[in-house]
Amino acid sequence: MPTRTVRLNGKTVQADYESAGSDSSPSSEQLLYWLRNRQGQHGPRFGCGIAQCGACTVLLDGAATRSCVRQMHTVPDQADIRTLDGLTDGAEPHPLQRAFVSLQAAQCGFCVNGMVMGSLGWLESRIAAGNQAVPTEQEIKDFLSGAAPDNTRNYLCRCGTHTRIVAAIRTAAKEMLG
Amino acid sequence: MTTALTPSRRQFLTGAAAIAVAFSVGTGVAEADAGDGLVRIDDTAGEADQSWLVLTEDAITVYSGKVELGTGVQTSLTQIVVEELRLRVGDVRYVQGDTLLSVSQGGTTGSKSIQNGGVQLRQAAATAYGELRRRAAAALHVDADKLSAADGVFRAKGRTVSYAALLRTGSSVLPLDAAEPVLAPRDYKVVGTSQPRVDLPGKLDATFAFLHDIVPAGTLHGRVVRPPGRNSRNPVIGNLDRAQAVEGFVDVVQHDRFIGVVAATEWAAARAAAPDTGITVTWSDGPALIPQADLPTALRDPANHYATVVEIDDGVDPLFAQADTVLAAQYFTPFQMHATMGASTAVADVRSQPDPVTGIQATIWSGTQNVTALRGAIAGLLGLKPAAVRVIYEESSGCYGHDGVDDCAADAALLSQAVGAPVRVQWRRQDEHGWEPYGGAQAHDMKGVLGKHGITAWSHLIYAPTANSRPSAGNPGTLLAGALKGLLPDPLPASSVDTSGRNAPITYDIPQHVEARLIKSFETTGPASAAPVAPLTYRIPRTTALRSLGGFSNSFANESFFDELAHAGGHDPLRLRISSLPDPRAVKVCTALLQVWDHRPRGGDGVGAGVAFHQYEVVNAYVASYAEVHIDATTGKVQVDRVVVAHDCGLVINPDGLRNQIEGNVVQGISRTLKEEVQYTGDGITSLVWQSGTPGAFYDVIRFNEVPRIETILVDRPDQPPLGAGEPTIGTIGGAIANAVFAATGIRVRELPITPDKLLGGTS
Ligand code: FES
Ligand code: FES
Repeated sequence: MPTRTVRLNGKTVQADYESAGSDSSPSSEQLLYWLRNRQGQHGPRFGCGIAQCGACTVLLDGAATRSCVRQMHTVPDQADIRTLDGLTDGAEPHPLQRAFVSLQAAQCGFCVNGMVMGSLGWLESRIAAGNQAVPTEQEIKDFLSGAAPDNTRNYLCRCGTHTRIVAAIRTAAKEMLG
Repeated sequence: MTTALTPSRRQFLTGAAAIAVAFSVGTGVAEADAGDGLVRIDDTAGEADQSWLVLTEDAITVYSGKVELGTGVQTSLTQIVVEELRLRVGDVRYVQGDTLLSVSQGGTTGSKSIQNGGVQLRQAAATAYGELRRRAAAALHVDADKLSAADGVFRAKGRTVSYAALLRTGSSVLPLDAAEPVLAPRDYKVVGTSQPRVDLPGKLDATFAFLHDIVPAGTLHGRVVRPPGRNSRNPVIGNLDRAQAVEGFVDVVQHDRFIGVVAATEWAAARAAAPDTGITVTWSDGPALIPQADLPTALRDPANHYATVVEIDDGVDPLFAQADTVLAAQYFTPFQMHATMGASTAVADVRSQPDPVTGIQATIWSGTQNVTALRGAIAGLLGLKPAAVRVIYEESSGCYGHDGVDDCAADAALLSQAVGAPVRVQWRRQDEHGWEPYGGAQAHDMKGVLGKHGITAWSHLIYAPTANSRPSAGNPGTLLAGALKGLLPDPLPASSVDTSGRNAPITYDIPQHVEARLIKSFETTGPASAAPVAPLTYRIPRTTALRSLGGFSNSFANESFFDELAHAGGHDPLRLRISSLPDPRAVKVCTALLQVWDHRPRGGDGVGAGVAFHQYEVVNAYVASYAEVHIDATTGKVQVDRVVVAHDCGLVINPDGLRNQIEGNVVQGISRTLKEEVQYTGDGITSLVWQSGTPGAFYDVIRFNEVPRIETILVDRPDQPPLGAGEPTIGTIGGAIANAVFAATGIRVRELPITPDKLLGGTS
């Protein structure tokens, strides 16, 4: 079995991954399964397996990535992967985690991995691109709806926690930019 | 009554010295069981009806069959317990939903966790507090009424004794004492405050373990391969060699129409089960379902009914006969799904022999709402005694009723039994959307008569499939795997009352006739028979309990029709509701909306507002909702811009938790009103995914940028018992939006969902 070595939440980790097919049409185990089953990550979750809900979102080299459809052979060696499991810095929760808790922005909480990791990637890339503006409520809603210039992927919450999730992201964004 | 703990109770309790109070949920006062050990797995455990509040030096523990379903119930129950014990918010441990440790109180359904559990738990905590106080009085040699308590310490005359020290003095097993006084609401310090949810920090840093994170050592992975249609038959498995060649392949399991694949890893299982990389299955077509487009007519066709239920008859026939004008309208809602966020998952560990100590042969981890019923049904499926099966509840994603989780547990059990190892089954999204049990399509025939001052006669005829096909302990055919294996489900229900007919009756002071025609979901043994006939052949998709059951559709019809009559009579729709409601609490939630109502957009220019009211289940929480919409003139798309909900569910335990639940009801209600519809052709479901890049059916749900501003007005009634809040609001949303759409456009949409085609094609 081939092996992949990545930086996972700041640590170098290595594990095999399953693969099949030929050189011209390879296929391999999804990043989601690899992270959950071989790296013990519980943040990314299986919601749909078809890139339509966001529950499996991780940051792959800084970009929000739907790990349920991302096959391991396409993940470069030495890639930098961040998951919800590694978001707390030491004992210090990330502003997004804090805001979701303080605004009680969850019901079942199954979806929040997607909103936290997705908006983290989004906010960090906006900031990296020099955009220091706190996103408006509408910008956040459009981002989460896959209707933003920089994101076409929809995020789902079936419990209807939408307004709190948007408020939590905006609160965290203020803190990240403050 | 104080008795020594029996040895079996000592095993059950975590500390040697304790106070244990027995209580039951949903009934009056529990009996204390002074006999055999409480925690006993036997065939009749499901009939026992006890929960336990246990105080030891180390912990406060509630043993309960109730399960937390993403609604913050646990946090609210904790507030109730610590209040009566005069403690601040601290940890109360819950051992819930494990058939080995707790005895069933039925499932977590119908938003009743607080309503039924809370009141009993409060009395149990008061009983425990009473015992502590008696011990404190003895310890400090004072009258009990001289004692004060705070933060785990009793005080009297400058002397103190801690709860911990009192608990060390011995064990008491007490019946719930209904006479033990509870705190007066004005003395509440914890109840009525917005306590943060105890589970959220762990859900935000991924340390909280959902069901999906449970993978015992040596667990294999299973996938199911469903038929293409409800009635497909005679499967023939091909390309077995291709599956066998997948690295990690373990087995293909078949019981008639139940087919599953087991492998060492998820990816291997997925590949061995996929038609392009693993097995292929060919099926012969079964009979088609009633075509989707024909449903409104077919539901009304007597050939599809097995029973008629007259729910209420106030003798309205003469009123209709004498009326100059009878107004009538027909409504319809489609099949809709729970569509839980995480595809159903379960783990089963079925051994060839029972454990010599516990007698357990099969252990199932499931997100079920009813561990006891599932245990019985799975036992039958596996050919085991219920005593040999242990079902452990683990939290899954929000379910909103009876969704796919029970069926998934049965899948895992069958696969584990076949391969002799623990198996984790995770459905694909397509399995979930295609095979979960849906909320039923319903049709409604409404009739009403207007007098000078309002509505004088009312009739509601519903055409409804079953709203309950939950697992039943005695019949494995109630599980999808059982039915695919060739077993038959339970007969269809004999009644609609408070199920498919939930909220079909109105609580306005108007004489009414409410009648239900019950729909044959499958072929039965005769024209008026509710019993399935083999081979099981569905006429419509399988249906069950979806959030508020028939209440969503029934209230949509009632509240839309009320609006039609109000307009026909020239009445203000909200004020006509207020003048027609006899119950002051009902009036109060409606008048709470008057201010926003009187400043509503004037309507008619593509912008409008509507209201709706109902009292959940006719006797529980009161909800009035206001919705404001605008309609895009070119696309016909309805956007809800603002929703205001006035809500009275008695004593409010946790205001912020309550608001969170109401908001969730609003959002899901909008989604069901504007977007959601299960699609099928022949006998196969086609809306198998959330969205589709290419043309094709999908199950559309609300997006973030379609969610309006939501405001909640909580009417707190500290002197009234707490009522469930998980479902009451959703039923008002369909009517409020449809009424707002009418105000905005003059078009009365009587079929959900209110999609653009209905407005572009409609006439005012
Ligand atoms: S699980 Fe990956 S997007 Fe839904
Ligand atoms: S909180 Fe349950 S799906 Fe979002």
